[in-house]
Amino acid sequence: MSYCREEGKDKIVFLEKDSAVKNDSKTMSLLPSDLEDEPGLVLENGEINWNCPCLGGMSSGPCGVPFREAFSCFHYSQADQKGSDCYEEFAKMTDCFRKYPDIYAEPDGNKEENDTEESTPDASSEQTSDETSATSDGKKS
Amino acid sequence: MQRVGRSFATKQLLRKFDNLNARVINIKAQDFEKTAIPILQCNYSNGAHKDVTQANKLVRYGKWGDRDPYKDINGFTLPKFVSQGFLQTPTYIRNYKRYASSDRPLPPPPPPPPTKESVTPYLIIGAAGAAGLGYYLWKNWTEFLALLGICPEDKTDSPTSRKEKRADDPISIKCDKEPERECVVLNTPTPDQPGDGPSAKRLPPPKYPDWKNCPAIPGYASYLIIGAGTAANAAYRAIRTNNPKAKVLIISEECNLPYMRPPLSKELWFNDSRKLTEDLKFKQWNGKERSIFYEKDCFYTSPKELPYKSCGGVAVALGRKVQKIDVENKVVSLDNKWQINYDKLLIATGGKPRQHPIIDNSDEEVKKRTTVYRKIVDFQKLDCVTSKGKSVAVIGGGFLGSELAVALGNKAKKSNAKIYQIFPEKGNMGKVLPQYLSNWTTEKVRNENVNIIPESTLTKATMCKNDKVALTLSNGQEIQVDHIVVAIGLEPDVSIAECSGLEVDPIRGGFLVNAEMKAREDIWVAGDAASFYDIKLGRRRVEHHDHAVVSGRLAGENMSGKSKPYWHQSMFWSDLGPEVGYEAIGLVDSSLPTTAVFAKACKSDSPRAVVEETNENLRSETEESVCIEKVKVDSETKPAPPNGTEDFGKGVIFYTKDNVVVGMVMWNVFNKMSIARRILKEQRKYDDLTEVAKLFDLHENN
Repeated sequence: MSYCREEGKDKIVFLEKDSAVKNDSKTMSLLPSDLEDEPGLVLENGEINWNCPCLGGMSSGPCGVPFREAFSCFHYSQADQKGSDCYEEFAKMTDCFRKYPDIYAEPDGNKEENDTEESTPDASSEQTSDETSATSDGKKS
Repeated sequence: MQRVGRSFATKQLLRKFDNLNARVINIKAQDFEKTAIPILQCNYSNGAHKDVTQANKLVRYGKWGDRDPYKDINGFTLPKFVSQGFLQTPTYIRNYKRYASSDRPLPPPPPPPPTKESVTPYLIIGAAGAAGLGYYLWKNWTEFLALLGICPEDKTDSPTSRKEKRADDPISIKCDKEPERECVVLNTPTPDQPGDGPSAKRLPPPKYPDWKNCPAIPGYASYLIIGAGTAANAAYRAIRTNNPKAKVLIISEECNLPYMRPPLSKELWFNDSRKLTEDLKFKQWNGKERSIFYEKDCFYTSPKELPYKSCGGVAVALGRKVQKIDVENKVVSLDNKWQINYDKLLIATGGKPRQHPIIDNSDEEVKKRTTVYRKIVDFQKLDCVTSKGKSVAVIGGGFLGSELAVALGNKAKKSNAKIYQIFPEKGNMGKVLPQYLSNWTTEKVRNENVNIIPESTLTKATMCKNDKVALTLSNGQEIQVDHIVVAIGLEPDVSIAECSGLEVDPIRGGFLVNAEMKAREDIWVAGDAASFYDIKLGRRRVEHHDHAVVSGRLAGENMSGKSKPYWHQSMFWSDLGPEVGYEAIGLVDSSLPTTAVFAKACKSDSPRAVVEETNENLRSETEESVCIEKVKVDSETKPAPPNGTEDFGKGVIFYTKDNVVVGMVMWNVFNKMSIARRILKEQRKYDDLTEVAKLFDLHENN
């Protein structure tokens, strides 16, 4: 049985398991209907959301500019194999990554593979520093 | 030209100015070195190109002996550099530019240019000048090094205090492992030219034009940030995200690159490996190592190289204090008289921890054994002390005090040292949690090997003959400890407010800013030092990590063109050892009426479980990222007996004002922050908060 008591201005309720079942229609109505979800990697107008925590520190780091150029090229690429016409941009980006091995080196393979549109925004590696910048925006799946 | 003994480079510049019908009188060589480059930068700051390389090329590498007044791309004529005993500061030039571009009459025309001279005298004078510059550098070597942030002899917290000790310098105690206090020397700058791969770090300084003349700290920065903490870190990321080629210059009084503070009172104390603690890294419970520094050293550019970076970057100038901001002319003055022009300024100075008044009036010996806890050096000192098994008294019963007491209590379990915690409230977190919960928490802290002395304050602190400190408390008790830790609150750093003309909040302290974190034109403030207007909850000043991130990010976005108000509520969290923790959001003040809904906690409801699941120690990041598996338990949850021993294991506490929820504490309930945010945002009057509490699935793991 749930019960409650009061201590001055503070009210305490102990909730029993059974009565903790959500009465869907009643309690869910308490949740605001407009759930403002932060946009993911791609905004509504089709542009890339550079603020997305899934990108980690990539778009604002030392290699931010070449990364953006490469990724934008890939994103808007209409070629049969998406991104195949973006070789130059990706080459510049990789060159830049090589200059900062401490930040961009990935112990198990290429960093670029994680940055394709289809990638799931997983928790970034230790070298990137996205974790401290995101609060609760963006989805982490 | 009046002087001999100037460097060849200076001569070249003066010559150029002479060809531009300028006269320079009575300017000392070294001053001219300092002012010349910023002037050149300044002239082009609003032009089509902000790159000093380009600017210098136009002036210095133009045609030799050119007699025409020099015009830049915008058709603006470079002004005369005429002085009557005062320096050509960037301020003068800015004023001139404004003056020249207005409708007012221009200054009188310049005198006719001198005739072309032969080169030979210059070669002779140039050689003498080079010798002169060499002599000057040799004479002022230490000053020159200090500009670069290298202080080889300095063992105190700041390189500028070698001559006089500042009041807050941690005076070193005899400790086996003296903590390192040198300034971080940034890596050799990496050149921008393509093709320079991993060997770039071993190259000599890059061959930029004017590299030798360039000042160690630029005279101009489009984005300038004062303070190198969490808010600054969030801000420069936001700036660089919105403006990818932004050049951000950070000025920091301290000697550390930006780092996060929460581990200094939590994770770093629970490391298994000694090496990790010394490296300022911690292992999260899932095995993943993490440094407290936000970025690796190579992420940052050196301040000297910043103007040359075509793709922008972030530079941190360490060990420099800002003395004054000239808001109207947008100039910042440092403690070494260097001036920096800016376009946008962020003040993220945070604060200084408060010293206890009784200890402040005590002997030097007592002060030597006191740590006013906030920074990395304080952690290192305390770590050293406790590693020797010394007894410690923690003064303060808030977040920092309680977390430290638990951490120290845990460490002292092996050495049998005594850890005390002294505070005036009735229980730990007495100002935040309702009374009953505060009492319960105090018991939990006692279980972590801490001798808690509540409802008491320090009245006297004296040295004993056995080299311990005797503390006399207001309740008459007297205890003897080896070391004292003070954690009684933060004093926001508003030292530059008065002389800069910035408003300070008399009630809450800190710089007064609006909902967009703006104090004055082109000046923003974020983090602990900002008293801001929260649209939902009114004016506040918040001293938490997540708030620094949120407000820093908001300020950064507003600096790079947007104008968003503060709406995303920041949260905070605290752990009392690995078993008990909570997350909170909004106004969490124990003086407000509260309604709490509890269920019994089980093993998977603990901070440890959360981190193991989400791979993330900063719990501001774990929202919406976890599906905690439902653990099947045979026994049914029995309701707690009324008036018996209540176990406040897991629940939600709502803080209300006029029946509207203004704050929430999720007690051992994790990853439900998004629900809490939504409830807070709604600001609805709820009749039955028990129904609302059901949204948090309190029995999820039962």
